[in-house]
Amino acid sequence: MRSETSIRLMQGNEACAEGAVAAGMRFFAGYPITPSTEIAEHLAAILPKVGGKFIQMEDEIASISAVIGASLTGAKSMTATSGPGFSLKQESIGFAAIAEVPCVIVNVMRVGPSTGVPTAPSQADVMQARWGTHGDHPVVVLCPTSVAETYTLIVEAFNISERWRIPVIFLMDEVVGHMREKVEIPDSGKLKIVNRAYPDCEPEDYLPFDADAGDGVVPPMADFGTGYRFHVTGLTHDRTGFPTTKRPEVDALIRRLDSKIDKARQEVTFVDEVLTDDADIVVFAYGITARAGAKAVRDARASGIAAGLLKAKTLWPFPDEYVERIAQKARAIVVPEMNMGQLVHEVERASKGKTKVISLTRVDAEPISPSEILSVLKEV
Amino acid sequence: MYKEIRLSGTGGQGLILAGLILAEAAGVYDGYEVIQTQSYGPEARGGASRAEVIISDHVIDYPKVTSPDIVLVMSQQACDRYGRQVKPGGIVLVDDTNVGSIPALEEASVVTLPITDIARHDVGRQVVANVVALGALVGATCIVTPEAMEQAILARVPRGTEELNKKAFSVGLETGREARARHETP
Repeated sequence: MRSETSIRLMQGNEACAEGAVAAGMRFFAGYPITPSTEIAEHLAAILPKVGGKFIQMEDEIASISAVIGASLTGAKSMTATSGPGFSLKQESIGFAAIAEVPCVIVNVMRVGPSTGVPTAPSQADVMQARWGTHGDHPVVVLCPTSVAETYTLIVEAFNISERWRIPVIFLMDEVVGHMREKVEIPDSGKLKIVNRAYPDCEPEDYLPFDADAGDGVVPPMADFGTGYRFHVTGLTHDRTGFPTTKRPEVDALIRRLDSKIDKARQEVTFVDEVLTDDADIVVFAYGITARAGAKAVRDARASGIAAGLLKAKTLWPFPDEYVERIAQKARAIVVPEMNMGQLVHEVERASKGKTKVISLTRVDAEPISPSEILSVLKEV
Repeated sequence: MYKEIRLSGTGGQGLILAGLILAEAAGVYDGYEVIQTQSYGPEARGGASRAEVIISDHVIDYPKVTSPDIVLVMSQQACDRYGRQVKPGGIVLVDDTNVGSIPALEEASVVTLPITDIARHDVGRQVVANVVALGALVGATCIVTPEAMEQAILARVPRGTEELNKKAFSVGLETGREARARHETP
């Protein structure tokens, strides 16, 4: 019966794996860790069937390193992990950013710090996702709220990563990762797939980090092993790919890398607004907490409170313009998070003092319930 | 329709698989909106295990069960923890093979059935107690159609065990229906 229909009941982690393959991902290297393990398990089963490679590496650092290497040869590549593994991968995420290697890193958030509560949900890695690796670096962070959204958003993650030659962090949480919902699998022809830009010059003329050969921001990228020989380094480098410490060249590189986010901002920002038009109080939420927010808003409306929901599926770059617009008309923005209050500071910054911002935190390894949010909406 | 179902017991009883099958029966075969979630400890066996399913006509906002309509308890620990958390008018289905101390509820029905004993003696394998429980659940509550449940079971069980699981389901279904009839004609 399941083979006759495109509707399947899927776990979030399974949808992540299926969506990645639909996006063209053909190389996965990982080291299993709860609550992300099903992503690796599922890919081990399906990747070989589409001519892809699955490797279980000796640890998380080796996994992200293998992913970077595979991507340099032209394969869309991904790794998946959780808290402790995400910490281990940070240095190499910076390498991917400076060497401009497209890749997707999935982090299914669990309670930390350290080993924490391995089987329980959290949202405490949202700052680490943006600033976990050192130095100014471009990175986009996406965060799904449902199983169906996991499937479509991971495709976007690959598209963004390929288009801008940046690492994209895909932040799930234990609830979204493990829950099962219906997913209508789109026909493969209907998905918008973006691939990296290739050089159109001869191999001997190729300057691997010359953005002017492309759109001025993203240099065209040749596959290793196709005759375009080039040097890849974590040191600051010039257009040839070789190290430089010359002030103007260092400055130009860091500024160009950073400018990717401003240029990409509009096309990588995914935000859903529910009943915000006439809303007096707006809930800003992401991940599983946005589902509690949706229920709380519906219940609040039923009891006469003009509530709305701003659901951020892109966490970084932070959707400033959406929050600022809400701040101009709403009396308050409520920010429920399964952490000690992380994105609430971004909401405050983007609100520019134009509205009251209220933080609701929960860190007992249980998701925030609709009734908790509703009681805050009633108090405001 | 909006119904919350909680299946609880011990790791190893197959309750997470039972939750998945129930969700597939409702979502894929009966066409409802559905969400299945679960909670388990780090132990593979012996720890507390819980699967939750929400079945609705409409889009489901929040995926966690907050006030269940139907509760299945298959261990004393699960019974102590979840046996009283049920909506007024709801049903608690107790496997009294494993539960000695059964709650007395005023506003909800308590249905006791020897689910694990039925699996062991009437079907012949204790391992299918979860499928007997699904049968009993459908028989006692009509939460999904028997046809959808049987299709969902057969799509999930290991090849070669179809007949065993079919038998487990039909025995459970009959037991559940009898319990329902007893309950409705005191």
